[in-house]
Amino acid sequence: MNSEKIFKYLLASSGILIVLIAVGIVATLFVGSIPSFKEYGFGFIFSSDWNPTEGRESYGALPFIIGTLMTSILALLITFPFAFSISLFLGEYFKHGKLPSFLRSVIDLLAGIPSVVYGLWGFYALRPLISELGINAQGFGIFTSSIVLAIMIIPYASSLGSEVISMVPGSLKEAAYSLGATRFEVVRNVIIPNAGSGIFAGYILALGRAIGETMAVTMLIGNSNKIPAGIFDLGNTMASLIANQFGEAEGLKYTSLVEIGLILFIITGIVNLLGKLIMKKLSA
Amino acid sequence: MESTILAEMPITKTNKKLNVIQNSIEHIDSPVLKIDDLSVSYGGDKYSIRNVSAGIARNKITAIMGPSGCGKSTLLRAVNRMHELYPNTHNKGAVYLGDENIYKLNPIQLRRKIGMVFQRPNPFPTMSIYDNVIAGFNLNGIKLKRPEKDEIVERSLREVGLWDEVKDALHNRGTFLSGGQQQRLCIARALAYTPEIILLDEPTSALDPIATAKIEDLLVKLKKDFTIVLVTHNMSQAARISDYSMFMYLGELVEYGKTKQMFTMPKDNRTEEYLTGKIG
Ligand SMILES: Nc1ncnc2c1ncn2[C@@H]1O[C@H](COP(=O)(O)OP(=O)(O)OP(=O)(O)O)[C@@H](O)[C@H]1O
Ligand SMILES: [Mg+2]
Repeated sequence: MNSEKIFKYLLASSGILIVLIAVGIVATLFVGSIPSFKEYGFGFIFSSDWNPTEGRESYGALPFIIGTLMTSILALLITFPFAFSISLFLGEYFKHGKLPSFLRSVIDLLAGIPSVVYGLWGFYALRPLISELGINAQGFGIFTSSIVLAIMIIPYASSLGSEVISMVPGSLKEAAYSLGATRFEVVRNVIIPNAGSGIFAGYILALGRAIGETMAVTMLIGNSNKIPAGIFDLGNTMASLIANQFGEAEGLKYTSLVEIGLILFIITGIVNLLGKLIMKKLSA
Repeated sequence: MESTILAEMPITKTNKKLNVIQNSIEHIDSPVLKIDDLSVSYGGDKYSIRNVSAGIARNKITAIMGPSGCGKSTLLRAVNRMHELYPNTHNKGAVYLGDENIYKLNPIQLRRKIGMVFQRPNPFPTMSIYDNVIAGFNLNGIKLKRPEKDEIVERSLREVGLWDEVKDALHNRGTFLSGGQQQRLCIARALAYTPEIILLDEPTSALDPIATAKIEDLLVKLKKDFTIVLVTHNMSQAARISDYSMFMYLGELVEYGKTKQMFTMPKDNRTEEYLTGKIG
C-alpha cells in the first residue's frame, strides 16, 4: 500500500524531471541568446557576416541557415529514389523471405553506425573520389556532406514508408486487381495514394534528422563561413559551426552561437512537429 | 425470416433420393461459363476444390452454398483468376468463357470481363464516389472524355439505385456512405465496365437486413443484363433470389440444380442435411 504510493511518486517525479530538463535546456538557449538578440535583433537571421576580429566583431546566421537547408534538402533529394524503392520493395513486392529480411537487417545496421564513422568513411573514401572527379578541389563541401547524409537518413526515410505501404488493406488491392489493374497500376493508383502521407511523414522526419546531424557533416563540409555559391561549394551548417567554434567562444561570439543553437532547435522542432502531425492525421 | 422461407419449402422425408453424382449435377444448355473438371490448390498436392464441373446459366443468378471452408470462395475466385494473387496456387482442369479457356487468357483482360464484389464493402478511400465508379477505367489507363465519364457514372449509379442518394455528393469520398450504400457503390464500380459476369462473395454478410434486402432486389433486377454468381452463407437468401444453386462440401460440388428443386427435393443426402441444418 505504502510502497505502491512511493512507486507512483517515483514515476511521477521522473516524468516531472524530464519536463524540467527540457524546459531548462530551452531556457538556457533563450537566456544565452539574449545578448546577441539585443545586439542584432532579427537582423541576425539575415546577416551573412561572421567576423571574429576584435574591434570589428560581427555575427550573422544566414550562411549557416542556408548551408543547413541546402545540405539537408539535397540529402533528402538524393535519398528519395533509394528510400522509395526500398519502401516499395519491402512493403509490397517482397514482404517475406530471406532477401528482404537480409535487406532489413542491413538497413537497421545503417541506422546504428555512429555518425563519426560515417564521417571517416566520407573523408577517406568519398572525398578523394569527389576530388578525383574534379567536382571540387579538396573533395569537401555541401555535395559531399549531402551524399553521406543521404546514406545516413535512408533507414529513417524508408522504414516508415515500408510500414505504411505494407499496411494498405489487402481488400483495396484486391478491388483494384478485380477491376483488371496490373501490379504497377495497383502500386500507382492504390498503394501510393493510400500510403502517401505516411511516406511523406517519413521523409519529413528524415529531414529533421539531417538538419541536426553534426559530426559527419563537420568532417566533410569544409567549414567555410560564407554563403555557399552552389551545391559543389564549401559551406557550413548550424550544427557543425557550433561544434567547431564552441570551445574558444566568448562574449558576443558565444551568445551568437547560442542563438544559432536556438534557431536550429526551432527549425528541427517545426520539422518534427510537421512530421508528427502528418502521422497523427494518418492514424486518425 | 429464414425459418418462414424454409417452411414454405418443406423438405419432405418421402422423396428420398438416390445418391448418384451424374444426376445431382444439372446440365446447363449453352452456358455463358463452363467449369470443366476444375481442381485448385493453394500449394502442394492438397486441393481445396476438386473436380468441379458445372455450366453457369446466362442472365440467371447462381448461388454457391456450403459450410465454411468448403471452397466456395476458391471456386468463385478461380473464375476470374483472383486466386492467383496468392503465390503458390495451381490448378487442373479448365474454365471456358465462350470458347476460350480463361487460363489461356491474360488475367488482366479476363477480369475486365468478369467483375467481382467482395464480402466487406471496399470503395477506394482516397477517391470520390465519382472516381470510384470509373476506377476500372482510370486504373487501366483508359482515357475517357468528360461527358462519357459522366454518362457511365450516372448509368452505373442508377443501375444500383444509388444515383438519387448521391447525385449531389459525387465528389465526396465514398467512405462517408453507409455500409449498404458502399456495397452498392462497389457493385456500380464492377458494373461500370459492363462485364459479362459479376461474381459476389457473400456481399451482404456485413450488412443489416434493410441494406441486404436492397442488394437482393438489385441483383434480381441486374440479371437481365448480367450473369450473376453469388456465394452466400444465407440459405434463405439463396432461396429468395437465385435461379440455380450449387451445394459444395469439403471441396466438392455435391449438388447443382434449379434452386426450387434443390430446396424442395435435394438429390444428395448431404445437401439435405445442410439445408436442414444438420451439417454446416
Ligand atoms: N490463401 C489460401 N492459402 C491456403 N489455403 C487457403 C487459402 N484460402 C483458402 N484456403 C483453404 O482452402 C479451403 C477452401 O477455402 P475457401 O475460402 O474457398 O472456403 P469458403 O467456402 O469460401 O469458406 P467461408 O464460407 O468461410 O468463406 C479451406 O480449407 C481454406 O483453408
Ligand atoms: Mg469464402
